Amino acid sequence: MRCVTVPLIGASTVWRDAARGLLAAGVAPSDTLWNAEGQGDAPDLFGAEGAVPTSAAALTVPRSFVAMANSVCYHSDPQRFARLYSLLWRLRSQPHLMSDRADPDLVKLRQMEKAVHRCRHKMRAFVRFREISAPGANRRSFAAWFEPSHYTLEMNASFFRDRFADMDWRIVTPDVTAIYQGGEVALEAGQAAPKLPEDASEELWLTYFRNIFNPARLKVNAMTSEMPRKYWKNLPEAAAIPDLIANAPARALAMAAAAPTLPPLRAASAQAQQARLTSVWADTGEGLEAAIRTCTRCPLHCNATQAVCGEGPQNAPLMIVGEQPGDQEDLAGRPFVGPAGQLFDKVAQEAGLDRGGAYVTNAVKHFKHTPRGRRRIHQRPNSDEIDHCKWWLNAEITRAAPRLIVAMGATAAQALTGTGARVTARRGAIEQGSLGHDVLITVHPSYLLRLPNAEAQAEATAAFRADLALAARHVQTAGT
Amino acid sequence: MTRQTLDQKLAILSDAAKYDASCASSGGTKRNARSGGIGSNTGAGICHSYAPDGRCISLLKILMTNFCIYDCSYCINRVSSNVPRARFSVDEVVKLTIEFYRRNYIEGLFLSSGVIRSPDATMSDMVQIARKLRHEEGFRGYIHLKTIPDASPELIDEAGLLSDRLSINVELPTDAALSTYAPEKNPGQIRRAMADVRQRREQSKDRSHTGKRPPKFAPAGQSTQVIIGADASTDATVLGQSTRLYSSYGLRRVYYSAFSPIPDSSAKLPLISPPLQREHRLYQADWLLRFYGFNVEEITSVTPDGNLDLDIDPKLAWALAHRGLFPLDVNRATRELLLRVPGFGVKTVNRILTTRRHRHLRYDDIARMGASMKKAGAFVTAGGWTPGQLIDSVNLRARFAPPPEQLNLF
Repeated sequence: MRCVTVPLIGASTVWRDAARGLLAAGVAPSDTLWNAEGQGDAPDLFGAEGAVPTSAAALTVPRSFVAMANSVCYHSDPQRFARLYSLLWRLRSQPHLMSDRADPDLVKLRQMEKAVHRCRHKMRAFVRFREISAPGANRRSFAAWFEPSHYTLEMNASFFRDRFADMDWRIVTPDVTAIYQGGEVALEAGQAAPKLPEDASEELWLTYFRNIFNPARLKVNAMTSEMPRKYWKNLPEAAAIPDLIANAPARALAMAAAAPTLPPLRAASAQAQQARLTSVWADTGEGLEAAIRTCTRCPLHCNATQAVCGEGPQNAPLMIVGEQPGDQEDLAGRPFVGPAGQLFDKVAQEAGLDRGGAYVTNAVKHFKHTPRGRRRIHQRPNSDEIDHCKWWLNAEITRAAPRLIVAMGATAAQALTGTGARVTARRGAIEQGSLGHDVLITVHPSYLLRLPNAEAQAEATAAFRADLALAARHVQTAGT
Repeated sequence: MTRQTLDQKLAILSDAAKYDASCASSGGTKRNARSGGIGSNTGAGICHSYAPDGRCISLLKILMTNFCIYDCSYCINRVSSNVPRARFSVDEVVKLTIEFYRRNYIEGLFLSSGVIRSPDATMSDMVQIARKLRHEEGFRGYIHLKTIPDASPELIDEAGLLSDRLSINVELPTDAALSTYAPEKNPGQIRRAMADVRQRREQSKDRSHTGKRPPKFAPAGQSTQVIIGADASTDATVLGQSTRLYSSYGLRRVYYSAFSPIPDSSAKLPLISPPLQREHRLYQADWLLRFYGFNVEEITSVTPDGNLDLDIDPKLAWALAHRGLFPLDVNRATRELLLRVPGFGVKTVNRILTTRRHRHLRYDDIARMGASMKKAGAFVTAGGWTPGQLIDSVNLRARFAPPPEQLNLF
């Protein structure tokens, strides 16, 4: 029988070295006695036989086992080391064991690991420091008493060091004490609860705790499942809990019973101030733009971020009309800034069409879409929505009085000529718009983006480029 | 008027902040104080305490001031309310945050405010608090700022660079309800502000042509809150709004806050006990949308009135309405279908998938993996287990629903 005693501080390293040596020497779990220092009986002197072998030989175990063992070593169960070693023993012949989540031995160890992690987390949450700085000291100093369920202070030392680096602190538990001084954490044996001085901030903290609680929503079980009563005795705010619970129903009833009151005198003057400010903050766009931005003529406005108005010189000779804003346009509030807009810019430049000199707008001003997961899928506007939005498009056309309007895609064609049918067949032709303007029909650039093969895409892009070149020429000849 | 003490101000301004549901401190950039300063952020939030209303206390959640020029009827701080008013100075908020943080009471600050003077003036005071915490105190902990929707883009920009999370509350599920109950708030303005934050976040992820990363903008994302039960919107409306918000602005979370009676309430709103169960079901449904691959329609079409079933959870309600798909064979079913079994969580499904590569799963195996077999039992088959006629039995729902209760007569 081999006997190993594992200390409280540095348990995971000691256990790992011992386990490595025992495994290399082929000592079975049944021939090993693991003692946890400070727990259970004294080592079995009569059964002990020989020293624990050490081994420098490489040992390969799954990474997940190492991580689990490093946590389980700090569990309070005296059997933890033996359990770990017997799983390690089994891992030699069953390397996939770590991914078998139904194996009873592994399930038990995973539960222990979970308990240790929970305890580690609760320590990070529930440690409460009190200031113990000496008067006039240039570095502040704090101390806390905490009673964890497992030996997790060692695992948390680096967490507290990284967080509270600019002050000295000590955390005392019954088993281990951590002292941070001069930039280093030292771990020592546990101590009895120290007497800590009163701290003025604790009163403020209690005030906060009492007031952040809503008596109309009493849910005691939800509280105790996350903040078990075993922690309460070291939490200053817990002293206020019984009172808060006892008075909550009465406070909620009193709120319900109180009649609505008249507003205080200052309300009128504050609202007058608010009214004065409103006119200043309202969208400052002029006339038409301001009206388009506040449009609620169809239900599309509820789901879109904002209406996207046209952009460009108000009396431009050329007007470009697209379908509707897309995801990017909806966010930015500007037309043709997304992928289709970028493609349009590129082709227009190649065709000698000056986008800056044209008025660019959409047939429908709000983005229509349906959510799918974390994306928004574009939806084609229906004829009713196009009709509602024609009010704005017509106003823009009347204001600009362009020589030519380019209708890109079926929606624009429908808004301008009354029918959106057979756009690919009608492309490149100049038709009479419903307001009497010349309308050149072409495809929408997003159609080019959606074409599946490169050949068809190049062909369609060339035709689109030709249409835009035609538009540029038409505007010039009509102007002279 | 006598001067208020810090304690009195804290009492008033934390009381006024308790109607904001969010207290999350997760996400954000990883930071620590090894190179100076104080505080760390590990990415995982820490709840430092819990109040008897079951909510966690992770951040110092306070209002900078509860003076407000708006008159939103659901809000205790509206201009026409008679609650006592107070206002923190910039230094007071900074000192409270740092001293609470040093004693390990909190993970950081969640700062909101009533609108005073003008939205820009209010926002600029809030930004000043964050700036002082970060630059003068070297604070590395979590900061969540509630932005004022009408504030100027430059202020929102600086707020995003100083804080981990930004949020703007949409408050009510429909534009119509918002204009009824919060006449000064503009739903379009709120959506534009959220769109700006999303765009700014996306820009901050692009490297410049030299490969340099721009400073992180609100790395823990943005969130919002909807008040449930103040207007007549159904759960289908609420969840529809949530999916649109998630897809449009990449929100990290939508919080649901059951409308709760407030002291000195407005005559416009009923004083009812808060619909906590409804709030709970909405959170469960929200979870199904984000992590379990459900559509809004699937969840809300189970009941005829568009509201979720209050007695059983939404996944169970969906499964009971689609019994034809069940029972599923745990050893063969796809991940997508396993996620739809009531009682199976994402972790359980992952464990089933890794383990079944090695062996055939039996009933006891699944129970050991953490599944709730009381629920799942009726919907799955496994080695040594078949639910038999259970899935088609008339009283299957009654097995899960709470027993009928005698109504209170008085």
